[in-house]
Amino acid sequence: MSTLEQMYQQVILDHAKRPVGHGLVDLAAVEGHLAGESHQVNPTCGDEVTLRVDVTPEGTVAGVSWEGQGCSISQASVSVMTSLVEGVPLAEVARLDGLFHDLMSSRGKGLGDEAEDALGDAAAFTGVSQYPARIKCALLGWAALKDSLARSGALATR
Amino acid sequence: MTTTDTVRPGDIAPGDATAVEISTTELAAVRADFPLLERTVRGGQPLVYLDSAATSQKPQVVLDTEVDFYEQRNAAVHRGAHQLAEEATEAFEQARAAVAAFVGADDGEIVWQSGATAAINVVAYAFSNATLGRGGEAAARFRLAPGDEILVTEAEHHANLVPWQELSARTGATLRWIPVTDDGRLDLSDLDTLLTERTKVLAFGHVSNVTGAVAPVATLVAAAQRVGALTVLDACQSVPNMPVNFHELGVDFAAFSGHKMLGPTGVGALYGRRELLAAMPPTITGGSMVEVVTMESTTYAPPPQRFEAGTQMVAQAVGMGCAAQYLGELGMAGVARHETELAAELLKIAEIPGVRVIGPLDTADRLAVVSFVVDGVHAHDVGQVLDDKGIAVRVGHHCAQPLHRRFGVAATARASASVYTTVEEVVAFREALAGVRAFFGAE
Repeated sequence: MSTLEQMYQQVILDHAKRPVGHGLVDLAAVEGHLAGESHQVNPTCGDEVTLRVDVTPEGTVAGVSWEGQGCSISQASVSVMTSLVEGVPLAEVARLDGLFHDLMSSRGKGLGDEAEDALGDAAAFTGVSQYPARIKCALLGWAALKDSLARSGALATR
Repeated sequence: MTTTDTVRPGDIAPGDATAVEISTTELAAVRADFPLLERTVRGGQPLVYLDSAATSQKPQVVLDTEVDFYEQRNAAVHRGAHQLAEEATEAFEQARAAVAAFVGADDGEIVWQSGATAAINVVAYAFSNATLGRGGEAAARFRLAPGDEILVTEAEHHANLVPWQELSARTGATLRWIPVTDDGRLDLSDLDTLLTERTKVLAFGHVSNVTGAVAPVATLVAAAQRVGALTVLDACQSVPNMPVNFHELGVDFAAFSGHKMLGPTGVGALYGRRELLAAMPPTITGGSMVEVVTMESTTYAPPPQRFEAGTQMVAQAVGMGCAAQYLGELGMAGVARHETELAAELLKIAEIPGVRVIGPLDTADRLAVVSFVVDGVHAHDVGQVLDDKGIAVRVGHHCAQPLHRRFGVAATARASASVYTTVEEVVAFREALAGVRAFFGAE
């Protein structure tokens, strides 16, 4: 597999074409839930994402919805992240966020089986970490998730 | 490389059939002057560098000149009584003269700046400072007040837009802009209502760094002169690729950078008509730009030194002078002819299914800067697939977000040529581009 094919794994191309969670969902206040929204822009290439998160009183991600435009890497990464974190407790989301950042710093080496199992489809972004200019594309959605969680107040109350 | 160009700079527009061609032999010789072009990328593939509008590669002679300055002549310029200081000053001022001759200006009309962005800001802040009363009556022409207008265009690089937005915010002057047509040229149909007695500044790009379109400078300068507006030309894309003569163009100010015209980074130039520079208050103040300094106040040196505070980028300036000489010896008429040929080759990408060019599709009044979108594939992904074949293009908004918004796209990919670019490289680019949609399975 060429390094280009390592970056554009089929799972990434599939998510870019049929993104999960695409289309913002109204954050109608559900009793006890906390909700937040974040808009993130990558000023160098114009990629952007607006992401909403809904958190249960128990501190689990109830839902993520988003809109965005950008390259296949940035859009697929939001999509993969959305499917990865829905129904997941915030502590685990924080761990996944850390693992994904570690993966992006791995210069194509990956993180080993245990961490990559936890990351699921997000491990397919290993190839992206060989291209320094594209790492920020893959991280855009994760930045939006982290910021929207902070804005929801769900992190402060835990 | 031969000196076959007897045509005066400014006589020839790009595409002029009388321009002298650069022969295949000459082009091979030119390429041999650029060491970086010999390297390979992405697994041993030859480099196809189509990003010269962002920054050009440098010929060996420019690199050698800069090294030679440090190895043989390095000293503070315009001060010191020793031989090195004399030699450094001479090299610095000879470079200024070379750049001035290259763009049809007098030596005293060329001010060294860190780049074109800095150069444009010097002019914008001169207006600002004059508005605050600096420069006295001599600078009255530069004063702005609410009701005055600054006119730019929708096609501007941020470097020739944001400084004017800031100036209007500081002075209360109103910013207006000339729109762009669907094929990426300036829409002058409402020029009479946009450019009026209220207009104090008309700032526009000579050649768009996105569409490659050459602005109708003569028309705009004449219109500005009729209403007494000062003209500021962003000449970053024109100076490296076509004959440019500021005196003949009649502009009041112009900015261009060294690194886009085969010179070093960190240096550029501001051109200003002699009497305007003489009337302009300085922006950056400090050492080297003064006459008499007391604890209370200071009188300023005449231009160009008035606008060159602090230690200058001497080695880079010397390198930029060398680059101007290199291009001048090559002959800008021939360079422009080469540009037109490459523009025609680049524009053939419009025949590839799913590829849309942002900008004029004909080669008249346009240079070899071609931005495009590929249906169903983001520009960043386009650039990545081309890069995998060793082809370097720019992706993004190219520091021209309003122009991209005008065309309803967030980002484009851009291929741009320079004097060393070959038709074969453009053909390789087209072939790689033709495979992009298939790679992403775009229907």
